[in-house]
Amino acid sequence: MSANFDRILSNQDVLRRRASLLQRMHIDGLLMTLLLVLAAGSLFILYSASGKNWDMMIKQASSFGIGLCAMLVIAQFEPRFMARWVPLAYLAVVGLLVAVEFMGHTAMGATRWINVAGLIRFQPSEFMKIIMPMTIAWYLSARVLPPGFKHTFISLVLILVPFVLILKQPDLGTSLLVMASGAFVLFIAGLRWRWIFGALAALVPIAVGMWYFVMHNYQKQRVLTFLDPESDPLGTGWNIIQSKAAIGSGGVFGKGWLLGTQSHLDFLPESHTDFIIAVLAEEFGLVGVCLLLLVYLLLIARGLVITVQAQTLFGKLLAGALTMTFFVYVFVNIGMVSGLLPVVGVPLPFISYGGTSLVTLLSGFGVLMSIHTHRKWIAQV
Amino acid sequence: MSQPITLKDHEKDARLVRQRVVVGIVFVLLLIGVLIARMYYLQVVQYEHHSTLSESNRVHVQPIPPNRGLIFDRAGKIIADNRPSFSLTVTRERAGDWRHVLDGVVEVLELSAEERELFERRVLQGRRPFEPVPIMYELSEEQIARIAVNQFRLPGVEVAAQLVRHYPQGPHFAHSVGYVGRINEAEIKRVDPVNYSGTHHIGKTGIEKFYEDQLHGQVGYEEVETNARGRVLRVLKRIDPIPGKDLTLTLDLDLQEAAEAALAGRRGAIVALQPATGEVLAMVSQPSFDPNLFVTGISFKAYGELRDSIDRPLFNRVLRGLYPPGSTIKPMMAVAGLDAGVITPKARVFDPGFFQLPNVQHKYRNWNRSGDGWVDLELAIARSNDTYFYDMAHKLGVDRMHDYMTRFGIGQRVSLDMFEEAAGLMPSREWKRARYRQAWYPGETVILGIGQGYMQTTPLQLAQATALMATRGKWIRPHLARHIEGERPVDPEPMPDIELQNPSYWDYGINGMEQVMHGSRGTARKVGDTALYRIAGKSGTAQVVAIRQGERYDSEALAERHRDHALFVAFAPVQNPQIAVAVMVENGESGSGVAAPVAKLVMDAWLLDEHGQLKTEFTPPLKVAGDQR
Repeated sequence: MSANFDRILSNQDVLRRRASLLQRMHIDGLLMTLLLVLAAGSLFILYSASGKNWDMMIKQASSFGIGLCAMLVIAQFEPRFMARWVPLAYLAVVGLLVAVEFMGHTAMGATRWINVAGLIRFQPSEFMKIIMPMTIAWYLSARVLPPGFKHTFISLVLILVPFVLILKQPDLGTSLLVMASGAFVLFIAGLRWRWIFGALAALVPIAVGMWYFVMHNYQKQRVLTFLDPESDPLGTGWNIIQSKAAIGSGGVFGKGWLLGTQSHLDFLPESHTDFIIAVLAEEFGLVGVCLLLLVYLLLIARGLVITVQAQTLFGKLLAGALTMTFFVYVFVNIGMVSGLLPVVGVPLPFISYGGTSLVTLLSGFGVLMSIHTHRKWIAQV
Repeated sequence: MSQPITLKDHEKDARLVRQRVVVGIVFVLLLIGVLIARMYYLQVVQYEHHSTLSESNRVHVQPIPPNRGLIFDRAGKIIADNRPSFSLTVTRERAGDWRHVLDGVVEVLELSAEERELFERRVLQGRRPFEPVPIMYELSEEQIARIAVNQFRLPGVEVAAQLVRHYPQGPHFAHSVGYVGRINEAEIKRVDPVNYSGTHHIGKTGIEKFYEDQLHGQVGYEEVETNARGRVLRVLKRIDPIPGKDLTLTLDLDLQEAAEAALAGRRGAIVALQPATGEVLAMVSQPSFDPNLFVTGISFKAYGELRDSIDRPLFNRVLRGLYPPGSTIKPMMAVAGLDAGVITPKARVFDPGFFQLPNVQHKYRNWNRSGDGWVDLELAIARSNDTYFYDMAHKLGVDRMHDYMTRFGIGQRVSLDMFEEAAGLMPSREWKRARYRQAWYPGETVILGIGQGYMQTTPLQLAQATALMATRGKWIRPHLARHIEGERPVDPEPMPDIELQNPSYWDYGINGMEQVMHGSRGTARKVGDTALYRIAGKSGTAQVVAIRQGERYDSEALAERHRDHALFVAFAPVQNPQIAVAVMVENGESGSGVAAPVAKLVMDAWLLDEHGQLKTEFTPPLKVAGDQR
């Protein structure tokens, strides 16, 4: 403990911190660099995936701009400030989700949007992706760790209410991500292993029971197509068959930029949104995919370093959960496109076309930067 | 709060989090390993496989549309079938510059610029990649030959054989069975995109629309390998489609034809029901149109002619035509009056030729200005005496009248499976307050008693109300589908039967209707005299409200179209009701003179055999001893 004090109070540290301009702007240099690399890569791939559509490029670039601004603004707030206001924000967003249920705007068969005076349209479920881990982190940071039964139970209730509301919209992808972000806080907070395994073990008989006693035939059929999309080649299976062919035909080095045949012949639907990794894999091959995964891995590594170095428990829990959720994005998207996982609508972070998910993700990184750059050295003494 | 404990907690928490982060790192590395392994498997191990698929050959999933279910009449005669037809398809991805290819097609087949435009719109409709889009149907031999000769300069163009809906009976069932047409943008969004991936037609009206799900069937598909030019090299896998279910109608082709013939070219509507089952035996709305025109896409000109015709052939008079029921409603009103206790079978009313509300000067006239003298219930129906029913309506009041008529189906949709049926209107105080922001006036009650005023009914509702008289209040919704491969349609919200205080009240209403046809002073006795069986009937007239503004036609036609519509409802034989009929003849003027003979012809066609005798199965149970004549 005393050794710790020595390190923190050393002159060297103080000087280094004062010298850093980025630190004063509350920007984390490494994260920022990696994000800019991804942004550039995204535009590069999108140019090919969208069929050289400049409108889309400009839209995506401006979404990046907006997202970066949001990130910088959020990074200026102290984590303490966030912890103070998050319960209110949680209630507000849950209220909005309920409002969506009753008076939301319906598009493409799902009710996810709220129209404000016909001017702005937004999805409250997107806010939940950030508010959810903050809420659980706020709740658990004031308790004794590892969380006991009561606190675990209350946390689960806090997670399940928005989960069910979003699931009903219906938006399976987002609801799973929201649930994961909350669950990771519990995990980082040291939820006992036997409870984790116990819950997983309990899922099996529950699922079997549901299958035989609760579900109707048509529901079973839906679950089966969900788990094995290739059994439905005219529906979602079409995407998977085509995306596997696109990925596989890329080989080790790929066909080259703009030279992918599958994506360019309209074989691959949604090639610029959820399935964009198939374009990347076709044109840049295994090497391209591995490079992308490397960038993601570096981002995750930096996030976990921030987790360990965070000084408040709130910061640790929040940073850890945000980082792990980010990984879930990556894994679920690539797993789904390559036919490992069922198809749920999860975009590939920073690469897929679409402004909303960009802004949300960058806001998450803004929170990480805030946690890292608002550390105090002497305050603890 | 003691500091040491807090510090200790922090240290412990940090350690805990660090442990979990380590677990997290292991977890992340493992799963990223899984992803890389998967990519390695797809891109290195299976590279040859995928590469051949994508480079030289392509795997396509081709939907195989199911055959649409056939439609039969109740005797098993075909009403709608599917005919093989050659159509011209274009696959945009294979055509290259497809607009140029379309120009080529138009040139080869010597078509007009209008058709060129139509083709372009069809090609542009929402669709799957590599789907051949039909742009022209029913190619002739010569056209097929011309395409074949010029095939080399028409890439992506193919002649495909496919089954197209055909209605061999032409206009007979256009208003009941309806027709199918090309799926439009709005429908694409509504239907299951997978199940309709190979289908180009969808039910637009009538039975075709109502039973679309059952008639359509389940799509099949085949996975085929094609070369880069789109030629199918081999079929990898095939799942057969499940054809749509065949549907048997309650309609009878012979009766339908007889009913249309009975109208003898006049505009009008006829519904014939089997009272005991609710089965619709005939449903005529004249003039009609040929539904086959709509299947492959009707031209603007032909459609314009149908739409703008003064005879309104597209208008379904049976389901959408709204007419005040006039005197045809009197038997049901009489039953209501008896049940409510405001009249008795024997009590008489004196008719001086008009009716007056107490302390009001206005005279509500009987149609017979000189008056019928003392009339009781039976005579009131037989003579269609307005004064009696003015008096009764005044005693019954609008609220009870609304209740009773609603139970007879007035003012609501009565059918089980008919598309776009109009609800009609049974006015009430609440309705008038909501609609006009006015109180209900007693005078409006009075004219309701003879089916005038705000009341609006469809011919189908009149037929059903008459069938309810025949079955003595037993409700079965009229329906067109007899069964779908053995499965009978089920009524999701059955109407409650009409239960009277005393079931014999029905007999008084029915006797009155019988006297209309067979009584010495009956209004339709001329028609009743010619019948080989006992009929219970009632005539009526519906006033033509107004002619639409801005319409122009010569004065003679104008006068003709200002005349009242003739109405007639009936069922027969009285002792063993087999058929209930409602007839509306547009501008026919006289219910008993014009509509009643039509109704009798329809009943004859159903009840009499080829020798002109009552069919043995329809003869009333032998109780003819009490026959009055």
